[in-house]
Order: sequence, then structure tokens, then C-alpha cells
Amino acid sequence: MEILIDRERCKGCEYCSSLCPKKILHISQDLNRKGYHYAIVGDVDDCSGCRFCALMCPDVAIKIKAVNQGE
Amino acid sequence: MNTVTERVLLTGNEACGEAAIRAQCRFFYAYPITPQNELLEHMARRLPEVGGVFLQSESELAGINMVYGTAAAGRRVMTASSSCGIALMQEGMSYLAASQLPCVTVNITRAGPGLGRIPPAQSDYRQATRGGGNGDYRVIVLAPGSVQEMADFTLDAFDLADKYRTPVMILTDGMLGQMMEPVVLPDPVDPEKIPEKPWAVAGARGRERNLILASPYSDEELISLNDELSRKYQLIEAAEQRWESILLDDAEIVVVAFGSSFRIAIDAVEHARDKGLRVGMIRPITLWPFPREAFRGLAGGVHSYLVVEMNEGQMVEDVLLSRSGDAPVSHFGHGGGWKPSPGSIFRQIVELSRGRLAT
Amino acid sequence: MKEIFGSPRSMSDAAVPYCPGCGHGIALRLIGEVIDELGIFERVVGVAPVGCAVRCWRLFRFDMMHAAHGRPPAVATGLKRALPNNIIFTYQGDGDSAAIGLAELMHAALRCEKFSVFMINNAIYGATGGQMAPTTLVGQYSTSYPSGRDPSHVGYPIKMAELVASISRNSYVSRVALNNPRNVLAARRAVMKAFRTQESRLGFSFVEMLSPCPTGWNMPPLESLDWIETRMIPEYPLGEYAVPQGLE
Repeated sequence: MEILIDRERCKGCEYCSSLCPKKILHISQDLNRKGYHYAIVGDVDDCSGCRFCALMCPDVAIKIKAVNQGE
Repeated sequence: MNTVTERVLLTGNEACGEAAIRAQCRFFYAYPITPQNELLEHMARRLPEVGGVFLQSESELAGINMVYGTAAAGRRVMTASSSCGIALMQEGMSYLAASQLPCVTVNITRAGPGLGRIPPAQSDYRQATRGGGNGDYRVIVLAPGSVQEMADFTLDAFDLADKYRTPVMILTDGMLGQMMEPVVLPDPVDPEKIPEKPWAVAGARGRERNLILASPYSDEELISLNDELSRKYQLIEAAEQRWESILLDDAEIVVVAFGSSFRIAIDAVEHARDKGLRVGMIRPITLWPFPREAFRGLAGGVHSYLVVEMNEGQMVEDVLLSRSGDAPVSHFGHGGGWKPSPGSIFRQIVELSRGRLAT
Repeated sequence: MKEIFGSPRSMSDAAVPYCPGCGHGIALRLIGEVIDELGIFERVVGVAPVGCAVRCWRLFRFDMMHAAHGRPPAVATGLKRALPNNIIFTYQGDGDSAAIGLAELMHAALRCEKFSVFMINNAIYGATGGQMAPTTLVGQYSTSYPSGRDPSHVGYPIKMAELVASISRNSYVSRVALNNPRNVLAARRAVMKAFRTQESRLGFSFVEMLSPCPTGWNMPPLESLDWIETRMIPEYPLGEYAVPQGLE
């Protein structure tokens, strides 16, 4: 799995990080250009592909890529 | 109704409605109000016959917004109301002007202010030409003076609306709306000749998407829009002033009147001429743009203007702005449903000719 | 690698211009996703309201227009009657649909107009700084009634889904919430059913979405999700209030 969070779109609302059942998303100490603490991906190997993060993101900042079954 | 050229006896309301159909208007949304009802009922009967859509809106406010939607979709559309109902449409007029959408609105004026009563009046001149909506905008206003013109000017209204992407109002009244006169109905407009609307929101198929906005995204864009609208209105002022000049060449007294007042005043003017008085007439046909051109070069011989209108003094302000020279301008009229008689206007002319009228 | 979740094709690249945690971003994305899935992009015309959503047109790539405050259902009527084969939707806040535009919405529903209305219910007037909405809860703070909504003074919150369902025959009427993934998925299904109701020409469609407004409620985003769960949903039960006959 690959979780891509657009740092500059993120507003640090914490929906993704608090709703991730595997707790692999966190809020960075750093600020983006708009002054928000943006969300970052921790250990993506634990990702179950539930898509809760992307479903809840109000800024369409999260893309998720998956390895196909056959790959 | 035949499409062959023949004279038929119709009310002004019917003539307007039938002309709209011939202009290929296929959408009409309105709320009943005396003295507009016959126009609404005509459209209700005729539009289904020609495959159009008639909807009785739940209010005039809803009606003008239905117009806004159909105009945005790029189709010819009309609404009609009277005075207090037109008041409810003022927000819509500002939005239509801001979004540069073509449409035709008809005001069959009744006496006001407030709910008023149903006799005819001309007390919406300011509402029509100055606008009750917010912001810097204009609406083209046409003033028919006969049942024939209720038909002819309706076609013109649709053409002007499309040409300039702007709302057009036909300002008439209950007298013209409900009286019957012989009419030669205009030939149906060839649908192929109706201007295309590439800007319409009708589904982004094979093109970039279109936007019809009532609010630009930035302050700068809104200032630009205002300037663009002003340039458009200047073009209209230069090209679309319309009026009728009657017996002006040697006139010392000039009567100015529109619509129903014109129909009554012309009798007085002709009678005065019979009596040897040098009276002429300017009949504005576009109330906006007001026909200032009509007043050019009149300074020399004219010693008085007499503005006859069925209100407490509205068009008189535009005559004051437009006259060349400084001949006094009198107003003769009342709001509230008053109608002049030819005799009463004639007496005003006589008083002016004797220099006795206070101005 | 295959993208299994991304930005809908019918959405533009424009940044979402709303507060952190605002439900508009979720709701608008759901609409974009469903338009993609149904393949109706070329036929869609959306009507934007007044309120924070006045600028939602920036987020889409299809034809869009503004309407005056409260007027989208009348404007959408004019659009749909002129373009019966297009897919028309309005996107409105609680002030737009339940205050100033209540009459236009009720009559469009009564006429069974074949377009879809998406109402964002965040129980407050966000764009103007937090005044009371018709859907503000009893006791809830707003700048217009800082002591909290007092029903003896201003009456009780309005239940739009129930109201629309009671007057619009053969319509699709649903209330959903945007405060957790399960509810967001249900909201997406409701948007889908609304558009399919329109596509099948069955009747009016209306989806009321309970949406977080952290700024308007004076709380952090995460707390606003809880507020929907504990305060709004008990007042505004979720569910389908009307399903048209013939909707598969």
C-alpha cells in the first residue's frame, strides 16, 4: 500500500490520524506553507487498505495506491 | 391563430403573449396578478400547444429565478407581472444583469405604492429605469403605445436581450394590456436566426465547462465586470435610443409622454394644432436608454415642455436632464390610478401658451 | 501500483477553500465521486448557493452557476425544464434551504421537480460568523442568541428531511452524516440514489447531510465529529425517509 498525503493541501484537522484503526498516520511537528501541522504517514506496511483516512479527509489530500493481487 | 398576415382583434396582453410565441419563446414562468392574468392564461394555453413549458411559479420571486435558470441554459424565456410583483423581482433583475443573461420581463403596471389598486398607472418608470435591484446595472426598457406595439416590441425585446446579453423590460400598463385593437401579428422568427449561446450552462460536452456567476472570485474581477457592463450600456445608449417625433419642426410647446399617456395626449396635441397652437410631441419608446437624441437641436423655438405621465413625476426628471436650453419643464399627472382626459391636457397646453402655468 | 482512492475526475485541482475539518470538502468530494461513477459528467449542471458553498464551483470541472440566496430550487427548476435530459443538482446550506429559500425548496418538492438537492446541515450560519440557523439546536450558542436557542422566543429546530418526505410524492429523501467513515459511505450511497432517482425520472431527490462546522461551533475538528454523534443525530435521526417506487 502507498498512502500519499498532499502536505500543502492538509490543514491538520486530525480526522485521518484519529480515525485510522491501525494508528499509522500522525501529525507532524513541522508546518506547511499555510501554517498547518500536516498529517504524515508512519509505518505504511501496517495499512489494511480500509481507506478511512481518504474517506474522511475534507481537503481531498489523500491518495491511496495498492499493489495489485497479481503483482 | 394563423401565421398568414391578417388583422386580428386582440388585447394587448394577448398580443404580447402571442408575439413571444412567434419569437420562439418556449418558457414562461409567472404568478397571477391583475392586470397581467390574461397574458399568463394565454401562455398557459398556447405553450403546451407548441411544445413549450408553462409553469405557474409559487411567487414572483420564484418566477424570476426560474427565468434565471432557463436563461442560463441558453433558451428564450419570459415572465410577466405587475408593479408590486415586479418589486419582488428586483433581486433577480440585478442577478440577471450581473450574470449577463438575456430574458424578457413584462410589467403591466398598476397603481401603487404598496398593494395599491388595479387601475393602470405609469408609476414604475423609476423602478424600471433606475432599478430596484442593487449595484450598477441597467435594463433596456421598451414602452409600447398600442396593441400593435405590444406585439412588435415583444419581438424586439427578445432580439435586444440576445444581442446584448441583458434583461429587457416591456413597461406597459393595464389599459394597454386589456384594451383591444386590430393587430397584424409578426411572422414567426426563424429559429435558425436566433443567436447561439455558447456561454450557456447546458452540460460540458466536448468543450471547456461554462460558468454563470453572480459573484466573481476576486474583488478585481468584480471591478472589471462593472467596467465591462458600463461599456455595454454605453454601446446600448449610443445605438438603441428610440422615440417618435410628432410635429416638432415649429413647435413652441413640446409634450412628452409615453405609453397610455401618449395615446391620450396625442388627441390633445392634434386638437391644439387645430386651434393654431404650435405644439409638438416627443414620445419616448425606449425609456432606458432614454432618447436624449430627441431633444437635441430643440432649444431655439421651444418655450415649454409639458411632461404628461400617470404618476407623481418620474420621467420628468429625465426630460430635465435631456432638454437642450433652459425652457421650463412642467409635469402634469398623478399617481394612484389617475388618467388624464384629452381635454385636461389641452387645457394645460393652452395655459402654457398663455405663459400662465407655474413651472 | 494502482490508485484505489484519489481525487475524482470531475473535481478540479483547486485547493478546498474551507476551514480545517469542514464537512463541505467531504460532501463535495462525494458528489464528484458519484458523478464519476455514473458517467454523467457531460450532462451535469450544478447550482451553487450563498454561504460558504458560494465558491464550491471552483472544485468542479462541469458546468456550474450561482443562484441568489435560497433560490437554487427555483433556478434548478428553470434549468431542468429547459434541459430535461441533463442532470441538475443544487448544493445548499441550512440557511439557504431552510430559511430564506424554504418556500422555493418546498414548492420544487411539491411539484416533484426532477432534480437533486443536497442540503448541508451544520446547525449554524458559518459564512457570516456563526448566527442561528433554522436547524440550530435548543440551547446551542449562536452569535444572534448568545444565551442559547430559547424555544419560547424562537421556536424549535426544523426537520427538513421529514418535511420534504411528507410533501413530495415518489421522491428519494434521506438524512446522512459526515462524522465517521461508516456514515460517509452511507452518505455516498444516498448521493448515488438521489442521482439515480433523477436519472430514472422518478421524482424529486433530497439528501440532508449533518456536517461538521468546527469554526462555527467554536471547537476543534475532532470534537465537532463527536458533537454530531452526541447532539445532532439524536435530534436529526439518520435514515431514508422516502424511497421512490421503481428505484433499483
